[in-house]
Amino acid sequence: MKFGIVINEGPYTHQSSDSALQFVKSALAKGHDIFRVFFYHDGVNNGTSLGVPPQDDRNLPNEWSELAEKHDLDLVVCVAAAQRRGMLDEDEMKRHDKNSNNLVKGFRISGLGQLIEAGIQADRLVTFGD
Amino acid sequence: MEDGEGIIKKFCYMNRKAPYGTIYALESLEVVLIAAAFDQDISLVFADDGVYQLTKNQETDGIGMKNFSKTYSALGDYDIKKIYVEKESLEERGLSVDDLQALKYEDEDDDWVEKDSLFVVGSEELTKIINEQDVVLSF
Repeated sequence: MKFGIVINEGPYTHQSSDSALQFVKSALAKGHDIFRVFFYHDGVNNGTSLGVPPQDDRNLPNEWSELAEKHDLDLVVCVAAAQRRGMLDEDEMKRHDKNSNNLVKGFRISGLGQLIEAGIQADRLVTFGD
Repeated sequence: MEDGEGIIKKFCYMNRKAPYGTIYALESLEVVLIAAAFDQDISLVFADDGVYQLTKNQETDGIGMKNFSKTYSALGDYDIKKIYVEKESLEERGLSVDDLQALKYEDEDDDWVEKDSLFVVGSEELTKIINEQDVVLSF
């Protein structure tokens, strides 16, 4: 089956990113496809490169990044939600004349159309959030 | 059209939170406005505290928030004509349909006659409507 994943909450405060990560790993292990993982609302914060969690804790942005590299996942951060919350890639940094960017490798920034497209293309769209 | 050409799915956008206090209502509306460009079969549901999103005469100056409630009345122009409000959620909050904005659309198949797009439905009927959907996004 082809899954689309939506993550609506930020890392650590809420378990949605952890649950989604476990779901995606299990789905891949069982041979399913992940069409896209879309990060919305505070979920965009899962793409930050600036988090420094304690050493004995998980690093969620890095875990997503590593999983994406291993399985060629499409991790998409909503541009409108990201702009509000200070998540920028290099292009966005230049476009808005900011002096830094903070998107972890393996994520990309794009529009809400990517969410709708995931709903159309995936057999199931599974949301993680409140 | 956009990617996914030819496929038309039933998309349901569930709105269950108050308009202010959290950003969910505003960012849900942003999704719906983008979704309208995709030629999919769209329904909106307002339940629980989400029914407050459609109330008339919202006044947000005192809390310093942007009042986005007028955008709902423009949904008809985006060809969104199935907006369901759960009856029980209204009743539990002492609200009636008269407290809500009148949401309309112009029917292109009927000489552009203005018709209601807001329907108050009981939870049983709402369950059926949600069960018929292909994609449910809950905000």
